[in-house]
Amino acid sequence: MNRRDFLKNTAMVLGGLSLPLTAFKILTPKEIFASTGDKAKTRWVFLVDTYKCVGCGMCVKACKLENEIPYDANVTRTWVERYVITKEGKTFADTPKGARDGFTTSKIDLGEGKFQDIKKDDIDKAFFVPKLCNQCENPPCVQVCPVGATYQTDDGIVLVDRKWCIGCGYCIMGCPYGVRFFHPVYHTAEKCNFCYHRITKGLKTACVLACPFGARQIGNIKDPNDPVTKVIMTERVGILKEEYGTKPQVYYLGLDREVK
Amino acid sequence: MKSHIYRPLLVVAGLVCIILMARFFYVPKDFGVHGRGYMYGWYREDNIKFWEDFKVKYQGTEYCKDCHSDKYESIMTTPHAIIPCEDCHGPAVDHPSEPPKLAIDKSRGLCLRCHSSLPYPTSGRSQIRGIDPETHNPDVECVMCHNPHKPSLEGLK
Repeated sequence: MNRRDFLKNTAMVLGGLSLPLTAFKILTPKEIFASTGDKAKTRWVFLVDTYKCVGCGMCVKACKLENEIPYDANVTRTWVERYVITKEGKTFADTPKGARDGFTTSKIDLGEGKFQDIKKDDIDKAFFVPKLCNQCENPPCVQVCPVGATYQTDDGIVLVDRKWCIGCGYCIMGCPYGVRFFHPVYHTAEKCNFCYHRITKGLKTACVLACPFGARQIGNIKDPNDPVTKVIMTERVGILKEEYGTKPQVYYLGLDREVK
Repeated sequence: MKSHIYRPLLVVAGLVCIILMARFFYVPKDFGVHGRGYMYGWYREDNIKFWEDFKVKYQGTEYCKDCHSDKYESIMTTPHAIIPCEDCHGPAVDHPSEPPKLAIDKSRGLCLRCHSSLPYPTSGRSQIRGIDPETHNPDVECVMCHNPHKPSLEGLK
């Protein structure tokens, strides 16, 4: 090996090594906020305050009625999970019917018709966590679609083209958050789209509107005066499954490590 | 070239031409790479309009308060002021033209969504006055005694 080859190879190896490092970088809200590369003036984000949620499930009911998801089918675009952590360190989680009818009993639904009641004195902490589509900055569900039936708009919302979807279900498998399902009527992939028909008209999403406690909020992270942007920038917020690198855009206040 | 080679080749070439022509007519003009690039932005642009034009059903309390100002003002003085009208009365859609009358949910289940007592120390739920649905007058609708627009015990009918 002569000196020219040695220098060439060294430069190549260094270049190759530095590439993956940037690829693994996790985008912070500030960076998304500051990104001026694209011309979009809007980037929709969501803020959930789990301290305020009481598990009434009005959001789930409103979502189903607003977005024409068959009411009695056991599928929903948004749902509320209940977490009960006992003094023994056991974690129980359930979401009967996606909390469409709220949580009216202290009995935890274990599935297969089994229920477990947990006594008040055994509870260490217990709370509710609303879930919905994270409108990821790197949506894996969009990457796997073979026909271009699901895509991300310039303002960050992942939509499904019902006319184009062939129902292969790759996206349903690809979503790490389990947000997608088959629509029982159209037999195409279905998901939460932050009520795209409402937010583009300046309205709040149906779930935000229906929540009496202000546990759910929607905002535009590119607007520095947006109250949601201010909370995300200045308070301690968490996101779900950060390790997947999907860069989810639903931020949570009061997230616990038991929440997956 | 021998005919047993070029004849199948011709068939294949013909098939490719037919497929390409079918594709040309079948794939709409607005299908292609858009804003977010090939990986996330490969779609039919017309579909955005489909989702934007989806019917709005929940109109919000502001929509109700002008015609039903008496109800609005009375509930605003109670702890139930935070509950949007449509949570109990159902989505307004185009009311009063369609539907002319909204079906009110007066079921026990609706009240229990918040008022079934759950002793969860780290949730707002524990701060709401609650009952045990199994012992507190089961089989009777809540609205028999409680007025949802005036829910405190002083407001008993």
